[in-house]
This record gives sequence, C-alpha cells and structure tokens, in this order.
Amino acid sequence: MKDLIIPPLEWTKDMGTPARQGAPVTLTVDGIAITVPAGTSVMRAAAEAGVTIPKLCATDSVEPVGSCRLCMVEIEGMRGTPSSCTTPVAEGMQVQTQTAKLQKLRRGVMELYISDHPLDCLTCAANGDCELQDMAGAVGLREVRYQPVETHFRPREGAGPNPRYIPKDTSNPYFSYDPAKCIVCMRCVRACEEVQGTFALTIEGRGFETRISPAAESFMQSDCVSCGACVQACPTATLIEKSVEAIGTPERSVVTTCAYCGVGCSFEAQMRGEELVRMVPFKGGGANRGHSCVKGRFAYGYATHRDRIVHPMIRERVSDPWREVSWEEALAFTAARLTAARDTHGPDALGVITSSRCTNEETYLVQKLARAVFGTNNTDTCARVCHSPTGYGLKQTFGTSAGTQDFDSVEATDLALVIGANPTDGHPVFASRLRKRLRAGAKLIVLDPRRIDLLETPHLGESWHLPLRPGTNVAVLVAMAHVIVTEGLYDAAFIAARCDAEEWADYAEFVASPDYAPEAVEPLTGVRAETIRAAARAYAAAPNAAIYYGLGVTEHSQGSTTVIAIANLAMMTGNIGRPGVGVNPLRGQNNVQGSCDMGSFPHELPGYRHVADDLARAVFEKAWGVELSSEPGLRIPNMLDAAVAGRFKALYIQGEDILQSDPDTRHVAAGLAAMECVIVQDLFLNETANYAHVFLPGSTFLEKDGTFTNAERRINRVRRVMRPKAGYADWEVTQLLANAMGATWSYTHPSEIMDEIAATTPGFASVSYDLLDARGSVQWPCNEAAPEGSPIMHVDGFVRGKGRFIRTAYLPTEEKTGPRFPLLLTTGRILSQYNVGAQTRRTDNQLWHDEDRLEIHPADAEVRGLREGDWVRLSSRAGETSLRATITDRVSPGVVYTTFHHPDTQANVVTTDNSDWATNCPEYKVTAVQVAASNGPSSWQEEYAAQAAAARRIEAAE
Amino acid sequence: MSQEKLIRMANQIAAFFAVQRGDQAEAVAAHISESWAAPMRAALLTHIAEGGTGLDALVIAAAPQIRPPG
Repeated sequence: MKDLIIPPLEWTKDMGTPARQGAPVTLTVDGIAITVPAGTSVMRAAAEAGVTIPKLCATDSVEPVGSCRLCMVEIEGMRGTPSSCTTPVAEGMQVQTQTAKLQKLRRGVMELYISDHPLDCLTCAANGDCELQDMAGAVGLREVRYQPVETHFRPREGAGPNPRYIPKDTSNPYFSYDPAKCIVCMRCVRACEEVQGTFALTIEGRGFETRISPAAESFMQSDCVSCGACVQACPTATLIEKSVEAIGTPERSVVTTCAYCGVGCSFEAQMRGEELVRMVPFKGGGANRGHSCVKGRFAYGYATHRDRIVHPMIRERVSDPWREVSWEEALAFTAARLTAARDTHGPDALGVITSSRCTNEETYLVQKLARAVFGTNNTDTCARVCHSPTGYGLKQTFGTSAGTQDFDSVEATDLALVIGANPTDGHPVFASRLRKRLRAGAKLIVLDPRRIDLLETPHLGESWHLPLRPGTNVAVLVAMAHVIVTEGLYDAAFIAARCDAEEWADYAEFVASPDYAPEAVEPLTGVRAETIRAAARAYAAAPNAAIYYGLGVTEHSQGSTTVIAIANLAMMTGNIGRPGVGVNPLRGQNNVQGSCDMGSFPHELPGYRHVADDLARAVFEKAWGVELSSEPGLRIPNMLDAAVAGRFKALYIQGEDILQSDPDTRHVAAGLAAMECVIVQDLFLNETANYAHVFLPGSTFLEKDGTFTNAERRINRVRRVMRPKAGYADWEVTQLLANAMGATWSYTHPSEIMDEIAATTPGFASVSYDLLDARGSVQWPCNEAAPEGSPIMHVDGFVRGKGRFIRTAYLPTEEKTGPRFPLLLTTGRILSQYNVGAQTRRTDNQLWHDEDRLEIHPADAEVRGLREGDWVRLSSRAGETSLRATITDRVSPGVVYTTFHHPDTQANVVTTDNSDWATNCPEYKVTAVQVAASNGPSSWQEEYAAQAAAARRIEAAE
Repeated sequence: MSQEKLIRMANQIAAFFAVQRGDQAEAVAAHISESWAAPMRAALLTHIAEGGTGLDALVIAAAPQIRPPG
C-alpha cells in the first residue's frame, strides 16, 4: 500500500482562490518575491510564495466574496486593510500579511464569530478538521469579550425555545446540516452554484438573521443532488459526512479512481485503519478537478454490504443450491469442467466476457486466458452493448478508436452539441464542468428524444433542442451536414489540409441531395426544419464547437453510421485537433475505454490490432509462448446464439451481469441455460449467477491495485486501501484459474501486468506505474513520440493520415411502430443509480430512486386512461413487463422512456435482438411497444422472481 | 445460430456498403471476414451455396471474397 508521492502543491493545498491565466506579475509578500499570472488574488500569490493568510470564506474551488474579513493584509501605498482574497495582484506590490494592526483586527473578527458559535469542540464531528478551530489558533484568540445574548445555537433561550434555533437537518442519508454551527461564509452556496451548477442553496434574511437555506423543508426535499461540493467547501461541522460523525476523522488518505461512470474521477480514499471514512474528490484529478457526484462521493457502501459473497461456491446443476468450498476446490472444479468442455467440443466452445468495471490489468488477463490458455478468440466485453460502434466509427474516419479530447477541453468550448446523452445523470461531473461553460455563454444544441436536464441549466444562453423520433439520428445529422454544405458553411481550408479531397467531394455531393434537406427529413424525424437549420448554422459558426455523445448514438441499428456522421460533421467544420472542439464519446462505465484497449474484442488483440494481422499476433505469440488463432471469435450475442445451437459450452464472466444488462432477456437465459459451465466472478449473486455453476467472489476497487482508463483515454491508478474480503484480488483469481488449467503465469503485482501491456502495445509503450505515480495520470498514446501522453489527438494530422469522409445513408430501423405496438420505447440512466444497480441499489441512493418508472406523455396517457403512478403493462414483440407510470411532457407524444436499474422491472425482457449493422451493439434505444393499464407484475416477472430465489439458495454450512 | 439472424446481419452490412463508392462486394466481404467468427461465415456460405434465399444480391456477390472458414 502506497500513498501518492510528493504531489504538486496545488493538488492538495487550498490556495484560497481559483487559478488565473494572464501575463506574469511580480510582487513581494512579506519580502518574498513571487511571480503569478495577472488577475491572481493576493491571497493566492501569498500561498504560492509559501505564506498562508488566515481565511474563512475563501477556498480555491469558488470565486472569492470577501465576507469574513479575516484575510485582510496591508499593502504599501494602499489605504486600510484590503481583503487579500478579492484584491488582485499588481506589479511591484508589497504585501504584509502579519502586523500588530492585522493581528488585532483578526482577533476582533474571530471574537465576533465565536460569540455565536457553540464551544463544543471536543465532541464536534469536525474536531481536528475544522477551519474555524484552526483560525482561532492562527490568530491567537485567547478570550472572547462578547457574551452571547441572542444566539443561533442554543435550543432554548431563557425560559422558552429559541426562535432562532434551527434543528439539525439529517434528511440526506450521507451528510447532515447543522445550522447551529454555521458561520454563513457562503462557501456552500457558491460551491452549489459555481462547482455543481445546481443552485439548490441560497441565503435567507439579512444581518444577524442571515441563514443558509436549501429553499425547501429539508435537503432531501430541495433541488440538492447530493454531489457533496457544499460539504467539501464547508469549513466547519455545519455540513459534514455522516460517516465522519459515526467513525471519526481519517488518519490517512490514498488517491484512487472512482469505479462508476466513464468520467473516471480521482478521489482520496480517506481511511482509518482498513475502514473507509469518506471519499473526497481529489483536486489533482485531471478528469474531475476536485468535483464529484452522489455515486462516487457517497455510494460506496456496497463494498461492505452484507450481500457480498466472500467464499467461492460451486454446484453440479443450476437447479442445485450453492455449496461453499475452498478456493482450491472451486478452481479444480472449474478447471476440470473447462478442460472437459474444450477436449470434447474444441477450444471455440469456450469463451470469456471481460468487464468494464474491472481494471485494465484484469481485463488484459481475462482476454489472455481466452487466447493463450483456452486457445480461442471468443472474448468480448460489455462495451459490445454500449460503445462498440464508437470504436468502429472513429477508427474508420480518424484512425483511432477513442475520443479526441480531454475533459479540460470543455473550458474552451463555444458550443456543445450533445447527442443521445444525459450528462447531468449519466456523467454528472462532466455535466457540471459543461454547465459552468454554458453559464459563461457557450451555446448548447441537444439532439435527444427527451428534454434532458441540461436544457434547464440555470443561466443557460442560446440553446436548441432537437426532439427527434428515436432511430432517426442519422437523418438529422445528415440534414445538418446538408445545411453546412449547401450554405457553404464548411471549413474549406481544414478539409483541404487534413482530409481526403475526393472523399470529401463525394460526401458533399451525397449530403447535398434534396432528400436530406431539413424540410425533407422533418416528417421522418419529427424535428422542425428551421430548428435543424438553426442548429447546423450555429454549430458551423462557433469558433470552437464540441460534440459530446452517449449511448443514444450507439445503441441503434445505425449506431456505427451515426458515429461516422458525427465524425464527418466535426471534420467538415474543422472542429478537430485543438482545445474546445472534437468528438467526445461519454463512456458508460469507468473502464469501457480500457477494456476495449486491452483486446477484449473477439477480432482485436490489445491495441486494436486485428487477430488476422500476422505481425501483431507474432508479438503476443512471442510474449506468451503459445500459438494464437487468427480467426475472429464470437461476440456476446453470437456466443448466446451458438450456445442455443449447442456449439458453445462454457463461459467465464468477470464482473458482468449479462442477464440483466443485455437485450432480450429470454434469449440470454436460454443461451446460459444451454451451457455446461458458466463461471461468474462478481461481488454479489447477480442475475446471471442464477444460471452459473461456479461463483468466484470478486474484489471491489478498494481491495486491489490496477488502472482504469476513462473516456478521455486517461489512465488513472486504482490503489488498494484494504485487503480483499474474499482473499484474492480479481487478477489473482484469473491467474489461479489459468494456472489450474496448466498455464505458468507468475505475476506478483498488477504493475507487472502493465509492464507486459507496455511491452506489447505501441500506444502504451511508455506507461508504467512509476510514471503514473509521478504524474498522477497519463492519456494514451504515451510512447516515444508522445512521452507526456496525448491530451488532445489528431493535432497535426489524423492518426490514419487523411481524415476519411464516409457516406452515411439514413436507413430506418426494422423496429417499426404499427397498430399492435404504436409507441417507441427508449431507455436511459438516472443520477442516483448506476446501470444494473448491483452497486447503487445496495446503498442509500435507493432513497432517490427505488423503482424504474415509465415516462409517458400526457396525451398518450390520457387515451389509455392512465394516471400518475398507475401500474402499466409494457409489451413488445420480444416480451412484456410491468412497471409504474409517470406522466410527463419531457417525452414527446409517441415516445415512452424508462430507466433499467432494477432487476424486477426487467426492462430488457422488452428490448429486441435488433443490433448495429457493424458491431452488433443492441438497439436498446428503439423498441416498438404498447402500454396498457395493468394490475401489477407480469407472470414473467413472478416466474423470474421465483426462479431467482431458488437459484440463489446456499447450502447451510456443515 | 438461427439462419434468419445471419441473413438479417448480412443484409444490414450490405445496406451500409450499397451506397459507398468503390467495390461494394469487396467491402462487404472484408467486413464479414474481419468481424464474423468462422462458424458464422461457414453458415452464411452454406446458405449462399444453397441458393441464398432472403439475402441481398450484394451479399451473394461478396461470397467469393469472404475468407473461407477454418
């Protein structure tokens, strides 16, 4: 276990006010000369010179307001004692931070603060971690001359209750708000506005009556999204984590990476022994810059949930109860079954599924197990069902299967085009960074069937919503290209310099067809022609326009075509290769990028090299000492099809729940049921485990070392802060299994696996744990050509050479509405829950969302006689399920929407086996459905619940 | 794997390449050779040999250039 080594000052120290960019200015602070950018505050300049000025209301995550007056300084030639947080530096300025006069004034300020503050420091949860306490010490407060008469902290005044006393608000499950301890520094209000962008907190009253308010009865009833920014900003115990109240202050801090979404936020895991006290977003984190959301910040309780399975289990048949066994017995049983299946049916009857929730090193080992030990390329990953079209589309057009920018790039964006993504819920920390930019004047175009929250950003400037019919992304994007081409809005110079001229000429001619005029596609897409025209003009006109997209792009039969259309749009407007622009896929899971990079796909070795490429295969044959197959393997849906056909017999699934997350649940169940050996490695008995013969307990991100690669190609370290509950980290289990099957792997630490990755994969050539420890993180490609990594790609030219325009014809999906199924169902995520919910459902995040609801437009609800909260039957040609309805005009008439976080909802019973033409990514986002009133759960749901309960039985220990 | 599913997948691929410039049959064959496992290609080629009912003409035209399985 190792803490981060000597981080730069800015990564951990509160510099008081935010950094600025500007011409250098030199001043002296207490005689120390320091040069800082113009616009920097005197407070920050002092901090950079190593001088800490006392402060309460300033912190470097928010703009200063100069309210506490504790940070005053004396500046030669300036009258009075200006507050250093709001005074910008000037050339030649001479600052004194400590004089007799300042000391006296500061003591006076502290006396006033303390006179209305409870002096219960010894029993206060912030004891030892309280800035008020620290400042009392720093200014030498020795007595308080003011005797409190009226206070905000005494429950009773004299004989009766104190009307100014507001009881502690404990409504939020993760933090409490105790107004009695508040010093009204307004850091929380500013953090909520400036960092998170929710504006849930406000100031009420004036003078002595000034109070912080969530503008509602309680925090839980307010707009608060529980991101934790206010808690982090609070200098006292007013807003504090309940875990700190329960445990005490942490004794050490280890920097690690969140295990939820593809933003990949860096956190400090603050520990006391092996107990996690709290997760605090790390200021040095390149992706999150010190911000967090409710999941990463607070929803880690699943790691110690009583449902965790910590002993290996096996059973002969899936109808048997589970039997807890030793690791040796479990691995011997598993190896015997796998070997028998391979001997009888050949290596191609075996396969693996790697996880985007596991580390790069673990993913690498699982695909290596398939290729080098099983002898097959049957390896796939959950990226199959989310971003596989991104990999295909961007590789075809730009030459690299990855997004082009870092998240910092959003700070230079003048217009964001958000397509099929709901960042405030799916990628909340990125959404906060985008909202900050939108408040500063950047424009917004949203291409989504649903009116997402981003469109309701406070202080949003110009924006356009293109509420298209699900399945018509390509038509709308090509119509935008039509406008850009026919109105001559393209960047001819960029295209001439960077793209293939002939292909451009062809594409320009293709999109200029009258068939793709906004007026012509309006009847198909439901988007008004003038809105498409306005959006296209705005996108082309913005100096820096960036595209951010999610699964609403990829999870379609034309997912890959849409990604290509997006790339074409960015190329024709020259929005590639510098800060503020680019094509940015918002990845669903923390390590989707990494699991794809690590060779999880059945046709690609690590580094996206095709298995038929003799040179690439030779590299791994040499490293692994085995001969490798040049035949592409099966994708997940193909594995299931082959299993039903009797040709696929054994599957090792690490950290995936395909029964819940993959489409057409009945088909997945039939495929799993047809196999002879299903091995599930997970934290919990997930839905897929109902069909498993072997359960190998998994380890959480807190229990192992490794790396995750986020949506911006940033390789971040995951650091072990406690021992694995089941005895082994996931990578160790894969190694044990490989060796049980005759391999001779001998990794002793994940760093050795990374060394092997670096030695075999050109884009990772310079990556090592030493580099990551020293730099915090690095973005691939990181090799001799780019030793510092690559925050932005395609700067001087596309990776493939010339950018390639590819025709993108709109082809309607086969999934069509008709009399039986007249509505289109689309799906998405909500802030508090994460994907199949295995983690978040085992936390208090349930308080925000404890069931999936079906959103339906009032007009569609009315004709069906549905009221708010009614049970409805949702049916498609694949199956039916029941859930409760919510009536809202967020969805257009003809469109219904649901989340898929709860296994009892079984939303994927309804989704079909349609898929993307290039990658078989399922078409989750378009299903023709009917909705009707219902009495409760469907018979399938009841049967499923019974089967699941039976399959989860564990034999009583003897 | 059901024949019907293979036919649908192959036709989807053909539909994308049917509007592209250049040798469309070659492009369809390349895509299938690169991304389909051998048993899937074998099933498709068998179906084509048996007449290729339900398949787009472009898929049938691509057949000779699809990498032979095994």
